[in-house]
Amino acid sequence: MAKSDVKVLGAWPSPFVMRARIALKIKSVEYEYLEENLGSKSELLLKSNPVHKKIPVLIHNDKPVCESLIIVEYVDEAWSSSGPSIIPSDPYDRAVARFWAAYVDEKLFPALKSIGSGDGAEAKKAAIEQLIEGLVLLEDAFVKCSKGKPFFGGSQIGFLDIAFGCYLGWVRVTEKMNEVKLLDEVKTPGLFKWAERFCADAAVKDVMPETDKLAEFAKVLAKLRASGKWN
Amino acid sequence: MAEEVKLLKTWSSPFGLRAFWILKLKGVQFDFIDEDLSNKSPLLLQSNPVYKKVPVLIHNGKPISESLVILEYVDETWKQNPLLPEDPYERARARFWAKFGEDKVLVSIWNAFIKQGKEQEEAIGLAIETLKFLEEELKGKRFFGGEKIGLADLALGWLANLIGVFEEVIGVKLIEKERFPLLSAWMQEFAEAPVIKESWPPHEKLVTKFRAIREPYVAAAAQPK
Repeated sequence: MAKSDVKVLGAWPSPFVMRARIALKIKSVEYEYLEENLGSKSELLLKSNPVHKKIPVLIHNDKPVCESLIIVEYVDEAWSSSGPSIIPSDPYDRAVARFWAAYVDEKLFPALKSIGSGDGAEAKKAAIEQLIEGLVLLEDAFVKCSKGKPFFGGSQIGFLDIAFGCYLGWVRVTEKMNEVKLLDEVKTPGLFKWAERFCADAAVKDVMPETDKLAEFAKVLAKLRASGKWN
Repeated sequence: MAEEVKLLKTWSSPFGLRAFWILKLKGVQFDFIDEDLSNKSPLLLQSNPVYKKVPVLIHNGKPISESLVILEYVDETWKQNPLLPEDPYERARARFWAKFGEDKVLVSIWNAFIKQGKEQEEAIGLAIETLKFLEEELKGKRFFGGEKIGLADLALGWLANLIGVFEEVIGVKLIEKERFPLLSAWMQEFAEAPVIKESWPPHEKLVTKFRAIREPYVAAAAQPK
């Protein structure tokens, strides 16, 4: 299969794009990566994702797949005979993984974003508390899902590792820029160690942006937002 | 061990209805409990400690929450009458439209329902833009799932019933037949499908309930600023 049969439209700071790229790496799929300029979206992006006009988009033999977690499940199914399984094999374990993946997107990420959003000290404190509460829940989920193994998915990274782990770059940037500890060795010891393992994993380390680069980007983004030039 | 399947839902929740539908469509034997959300049962609180919401499916003592997660779990556990196709690309498309229904359609329709005055006009405009994507997706198809009801149909099915309720309460038609011929046809066909048609909560009871939900928003908007 030629490399150009698989394309990913993405942006390097996006945790959602990371999800798609990690999945493809796990399955050893060669692909062409196209960096989008989000201030000026490409024709291909607008054509491939007319509904949301967002990245990531996976284009496989000219057929587009959108929405990061849907892409991960697609990659797992389309290349099922290549590499380890990403989604758990047991339906109940799958349901648990999907539940927490949805939780991370609906509760954790918005809380993370609002820590840095500059809505005042009270709002920031509340957002931090909310995030840490969420992480404590995930710590418990980690213990149950991993069953003593290194990852949510067991001995290898799986669906929930990818869904949650993609946010670690932004967690670190938020910790640095707001001088707050979010992933705590004491409160969430399992997750603390898991985070290090995740970031060092072969499928992850080449697509995880460096914290410093991401922090620079976050500053630029904050300025653009403040000036009303970015929504 | 005998299979034990229990569904916690409410009489009116469209999310609970999805889980009810898939279990019935698959011919699964199950019990259900209609919760009183002002007085949640210990079983509900214990089974869904994170959100404390319905629906929850309890299968042999193990709880599953979030209606779309429940749909996929049931589809994978009871293989008869599959809801998702075999082909990975078609599966991705079904999941896409189910998610679109949740993130965009539901939110935009709800805003059209609760907002007042100028904000409502804008919300209705946005809802119509969102619904146009559904109309487009139905081209050449009887259901979102193709020839038969699939995951996206169950995820979007609440439209077939609640749209009429919302329209009655706000006095505005959101899905006009001339503008949305395919969506209108789908709503009718879905609403009258076997299993589905016996399951709808009583219309008048829904109107009363949603009128009451809308009241505080109307009152707030009527306050002099």
